[in-house]
Amino acid sequence: MTKKSGPAGWQEITTGCVVLRSGSASEYHTGTWRSQRPVWNDQKCIKCGICYIFCPEGCVSQTEDGYFKANLDYCKGCGICAHECWPRAIAMVEEG
Amino acid sequence: MNIVENFDLFAPRLINKKELLSGGHRACSGCGEVLAVRLMCKALGENTVIASATGCMEIVTSMYPTTAWEVPWIHVAFENAAAVASGVEAGLKALRRKGKIADCDIKVVGMAGDGGTMDIGMQALSGAMERGHDMLFVCFDNEAYMNTGIQRSSGTPMGASTTTAPAGKVSMGQKTWKKNMAEIMVAHNVPYVATACPSYPLDFIRKVEKAKKVKGPSYIHCFSVCPTGWRCPSDQTISLGRLAVETGIFPLYEVENGKYKLSAEMPKKLRPIKEYYKSQGRYRHLGEDEIKMIQDRVNKEYKKLLNKVQCLEAWS
Repeated sequence: MTKKSGPAGWQEITTGCVVLRSGSASEYHTGTWRSQRPVWNDQKCIKCGICYIFCPEGCVSQTEDGYFKANLDYCKGCGICAHECWPRAIAMVEEG
Repeated sequence: MNIVENFDLFAPRLINKKELLSGGHRACSGCGEVLAVRLMCKALGENTVIASATGCMEIVTSMYPTTAWEVPWIHVAFENAAAVASGVEAGLKALRRKGKIADCDIKVVGMAGDGGTMDIGMQALSGAMERGHDMLFVCFDNEAYMNTGIQRSSGTPMGASTTTAPAGKVSMGQKTWKKNMAEIMVAHNVPYVATACPSYPLDFIRKVEKAKKVKGPSYIHCFSVCPTGWRCPSDQTISLGRLAVETGIFPLYEVENGKYKLSAEMPKKLRPIKEYYKSQGRYRHLGEDEIKMIQDRVNKEYKKLLNKVQCLEAWS
């Protein structure tokens, strides 16, 4: 579990609670919620990118050779990519 | 539809690679709404200011002291997302006139859930649309107040069981029909109104891009599946959205200057709504009679829409 860091005292709170660091939610790793992980079978993959477009976390990215992989720091294991992959190249594997 | 657009349907990798909603947001796994927001940000690009009403998307993306947004974003109360968005638009216009900011095109977007659009934020939205601000309003419709624990809203469809409209011996759940918000926006005579669903990502992105180019108010009604509130497995988010479109429960269409146009994704023949209902726990209690009653209504509504598409072609 990543530790949530807040302001040390009231003096550090910005006016209107404005957050100045964009995209800082990525400090928290939602991957700890996961009970299943997606595993790609590159033999079946046709590089269509449907897993990339349907990932709610935006954690699926393309590697240099064109195949896809998930960033397991953020993957919540919802299974959308495995369900939508029509060549069935993605399997959901139990964690642990 | 030209050949290039048709080709686009099969090339998901051509979309904008830059993520404007970072990972680490706290949405439930399999959330259809956060997927819609992610795709919307891809379509809008960096020159965007977003005003967001209270709701799931505010809670999950802005856990103080962090934020998942990479575009300017402001959280406002339930009722005034559209009012704040129109104020931001007027403010940007004034700054541009005085030469305080560079003269570039910045799109102001208001976003809210179905409660923040159909129930609580309705009058502010109506006012903003009527005043003709250059803004886009997107409603992410997950058919109840999911953030506070699945209470009914006016977007909840007939027969759905929610915590404030529970199904039981004397009740079949929600007893009223869903409010047709897109039609209300068409009645405001705004230049662009569309319904969209992230299960058809390229259609959704194209509609947002179109709305971005409109100089004036535009409205997009986005159907977003909520596995938590609809009591369905999280991996079925995309297929349920697709089924809602294919059964005619949520038809995809766009209205440009009063002219209706059905999206290319709509099938020629609708599937029975039973296929959509059977995989969701919120409809588990419904019997044959009730499903038939709802099916009749869905058929009528769809026929009405087709009639509008046909007869309003005369406008062009």
